[in-house]
Amino acid sequence: MLLISCPNCGPRDETEFHYGGQAHVAYPENPAALSDREWAEYLFYRDNTKGAFAERWVHSTGCRQWFNMLRDTVSYEIQSIYRMGEPRPDAAPAGTATITTSPEGAQK
Amino acid sequence: MAETAALAHVNGLRAARRSPASHLAEAFAAGSVPGTVTLKEIPYQAMVGIRVERTSDAGTRLASVAGGLPATCGEVTGTGSVNALWLGPAEFLIVAPEESHDSLGGSLIGDLTAALGADEGQVVDLSANRTTFELSGSRARAVLEKSCSLDLHPRTFKAGTALATEIGHIPVVLWKTGEETFRLFPRASFADYLGRWLVDSMREYASPEVP
Repeated sequence: MLLISCPNCGPRDETEFHYGGQAHVAYPENPAALSDREWAEYLFYRDNTKGAFAERWVHSTGCRQWFNMLRDTVSYEIQSIYRMGEPRPDAAPAGTATITTSPEGAQK
Repeated sequence: MAETAALAHVNGLRAARRSPASHLAEAFAAGSVPGTVTLKEIPYQAMVGIRVERTSDAGTRLASVAGGLPATCGEVTGTGSVNALWLGPAEFLIVAPEESHDSLGGSLIGDLTAALGADEGQVVDLSANRTTFELSGSRARAVLEKSCSLDLHPRTFKAGTALATEIGHIPVVLWKTGEETFRLFPRASFADYLGRWLVDSMREYASPEVP
């Protein structure tokens, strides 16, 4: 079980939290202008990172607030916990925060 | 006059009201070990959910009615019978005796609603949302430790602290009101489950200790 440090409540068991998927997926500026494929990619396609991964969590049986977590998907090590709206703390290469690859690696 | 008539009507219904764990009252009494650990339900406490930014004007006004709003996780404010528990950075639970509910002649909810006024926030009557269990005695902490992963040792969890957490896999607000007294606030629909769970956890203390 992970011991997650909620920014408001401190360390609590993983069972008190719910997972919210990949963080920093920006809402399209003009959704109406997207093609069906681009819209589907925004809705359903997420990175499947091996290593440090930024994800959202909510402390559902505690303070019910959302926060971001940088977790290693291999070792499960929690590298960083930061508030909603804050940028990803590690020096990630530009572009990894948003989805740039197409499904199945197809060429755009 | 109309209000008085409505009040009389409500008080007439009061006798018919059943608390969420009323059917377990006998089991609680039978399962309690006087002097070691006792469990009872404190039904019908008035509870009000407040969502407001603490530092805003409305937050200040609500704090003056509620006797303060807690600033950090675990903090409980208020003196005497009306207390405010911290649930989130902008979410609080007011717990007060049954008589302070507006339908029984009190004015708590009306006062809080008036204090919020038209500002951003919420004041919601949640009196029927949760019931209250009181677990007390020298073994109360041991009973809770079976199914709560928080550190309940007095050096960490001090009297006058309330935390929203999980007990027996269900969400509960746990308030330590005294050195050996805990109040648990389960949702009404979980009251039966948690009541039976706690009675089960208390069973071993009724038998002589095995050396």
